[in-house]
Amino acid sequence: MSNRTEENKSSNQGIRTHEIVKAGLHRRRAAEIRFKAYGFICIVAGLGFLMALFGNIIAHAWSAFEQTYVALDVTFDESVLDPEGKHDAANLASADYPALTKRSLAAMFPEVKDRLEKRSLNALLSSGAAYELRRVLAKDPALLGKTERIWLPVDDDVDMLVKGQIDRDIGEGDRRMKDYQIAWIDKLIASGRVEKRFNKQFFTSGDSREPEMAGIWGALMGSLFTLIVTGALSLPIGIASAIYLEEFAPRNRWTDIIEVNINNLAAVPSIVFGLLGLAVFINFFGLPRSSPLVGGLVLTLMTLPVIIIAARSALKSVPPSIREAALGIGASQMQTVFHHVLPLAMPGMLTGAIIGMARALGESAPLLMIGMVAFIVDVPGSLTDPSTVLPVQIYLWADSSERGFVERTSAAILVLLAFLITMNGLAVYLRKHYERRW
Amino acid sequence: MRHPENIPTSASFSRDHIQTVGNIFVKDARIECRSVDVFYGEKHAIQDVSLDVGRNEVIALIGPSGCGKSTFLRCLNRMNDTIPGCRVSGEIKLDGQDIYAEGLDVVPLRAQVGMVFQKPNPFPKSIFENVAYGPRIHGLASNKLELEEIVEKSLRRAGLWEEVKDYLRHPGTGLSGGQQQRLCIARTIAVNPEVILMDEPCSALDPIATAKIEQLMDDLREHYTIAIVTHSMQQAARVSQRTAYFHLGKLIEVGETAQIFTDPRHQLTEDYITGRFG
Ligand SMILES: Nc1ncnc2c1ncn2[C@@H]1O[C@H](COP(=O)(O)OP(=O)(O)OP(=O)(O)O)[C@@H](O)[C@H]1O
Ligand SMILES: [Mg+2]
Repeated sequence: MSNRTEENKSSNQGIRTHEIVKAGLHRRRAAEIRFKAYGFICIVAGLGFLMALFGNIIAHAWSAFEQTYVALDVTFDESVLDPEGKHDAANLASADYPALTKRSLAAMFPEVKDRLEKRSLNALLSSGAAYELRRVLAKDPALLGKTERIWLPVDDDVDMLVKGQIDRDIGEGDRRMKDYQIAWIDKLIASGRVEKRFNKQFFTSGDSREPEMAGIWGALMGSLFTLIVTGALSLPIGIASAIYLEEFAPRNRWTDIIEVNINNLAAVPSIVFGLLGLAVFINFFGLPRSSPLVGGLVLTLMTLPVIIIAARSALKSVPPSIREAALGIGASQMQTVFHHVLPLAMPGMLTGAIIGMARALGESAPLLMIGMVAFIVDVPGSLTDPSTVLPVQIYLWADSSERGFVERTSAAILVLLAFLITMNGLAVYLRKHYERRW
Repeated sequence: MRHPENIPTSASFSRDHIQTVGNIFVKDARIECRSVDVFYGEKHAIQDVSLDVGRNEVIALIGPSGCGKSTFLRCLNRMNDTIPGCRVSGEIKLDGQDIYAEGLDVVPLRAQVGMVFQKPNPFPKSIFENVAYGPRIHGLASNKLELEEIVEKSLRRAGLWEEVKDYLRHPGTGLSGGQQQRLCIARTIAVNPEVILMDEPCSALDPIATAKIEQLMDDLREHYTIAIVTHSMQQAARVSQRTAYFHLGKLIEVGETAQIFTDPRHQLTEDYITGRFG
């Protein structure tokens, strides 16, 4: 008797459940479709912004990869370069090369007599033209006394004019080029002596006051050295601390305090680390100011908490059953961690490391504090040479008034992004390499 | 809607009796547990359990879900150490040596007391690696050939060899649930432990595979000691010499398996084995 009513009830419920589910199905589906649509819109919007950003940067940057050169017939006059006839390298290195270009230009434009006009004629050439001549002669000493057609870089304003970034139509007073200068350039162009060439200078030299002489290589090397220090310190220290805290340390008040502090450190504004670095590394330990060594140390402090937190959560996400399995057949704690837990946590750890290093690469504020914002022409050759880094270089160029630095700023951003992508690509490769090998 | 009053009671100890019924002692015991209590934080999961496990004996631990069988089993090779907030008190001796003694190294203990877990937990490595890992870290094989021999033998004894012999390089996690369970058994016996703790080793196995595992237990018993948790009365009856019935964290009754299943003396035991539990 009681059995039958129970059966009835349950079968009734079966039908009702089915109907209720059916009635609500439409609403559930609609909610799902709506959610998918929102997600899709967000992705499209995100991609759109990204494309706009990249488009803008690339549009500005591409012209920086070319530099205008002008061909001059230069006579390597012995009476100018080597009046005492010594023929030794040291003497030739300090010779008066600007005089050579001045002569060539004067020979090409004999009508220019006025001193002021002469000066603006010489100003068409970059101040780097003299260095270029010195380089050419050093490479081929036999040129001494001969005349040779040589391609020399032009001044940034001329470069801008050739690239069409100076408007010829606006009044003479509103632009940086005099009308007669434009006429000279047009004459040079007409005689086929002006050419846009790949801007090797940009990729091989350090900073300069002259846009056409300025290069990204110094900042790139600075960033590279800084990141080497950061990576070499923060990765092993961060991962080792994470492993110790997560797998070996006893759970007590002390480890709780450490955990809270690490989490807090990750939220400290980066400029504070810069001040700390200034006080500790430079003022107390006396390490060289502006050097990648100090920069790397400061960025290590900054990225350590990020790497530790990411590595710990990667370790936490390894299922405990794996640990039990290893411990259960008599693996020691260390064997368990290194044979089973770490390989599973490695991809997550590497992701954390990428995020930390990418943040370090893009960081400028703390480096300003330790003097990496100085104007440095030489390409750093070691960890202790003064240098700057890519984001700071971008900041410096973006702040410069010369027109030629606008495109170089964008180009530097591209270089920074390329660096970032290379670094991430390497990390992704490593992650793939570590992921589940059977 | 059954009423307990309706059951004809033959057991001599009523449901309120909380002392363990039956003889907890055996001669020449391998494992001796005395007044073991286990706490998970505040929860008192095992309450004052004393029990001996004899040499060359299979002991079955039975009882309703959540009564603490796994917890008790995990005390015997100190796997409970890995659970934060888990405390064990009392005394557990293996061959007369207190395994909870200060400074005792759990590595040799766990090599000696192997365990098959309730949920299959193969390593995310190849089938071969799964079985070879234990012998390798303990240095049980002097060369690759010996290692391969151990792996094959272990897989054969777990009744898995024929199915996986051509797929030894494939991931162990790609096997079916029951295959994974047998892989874990093979992994455990590859280390050649003297005591084996098995937590529901056949819960996902078909009758043929189950029979193989039961045969394995019978073989192993000649030299070793086995404690098995099972929900199958038939299995307990088939493989074990002694049976212990747990209820809500307490050890209710221990005795010869035949006696427990034919003539339980505690009312709770009888309720459980006759299916009246609940
Ligand atoms: N890690 C844990 N943390 C807290 N409580 C736990 C933990 N593991 C088990 N318990 C509790 O201890 C009690 C005994 O659990 P145990 O796993 O030993 O039961 P069992 O007899 O093996 O059950 P089953 O037959 O379902 O496997 C349960 O009430 C459970 O809630
Ligand atoms: Mg259990």
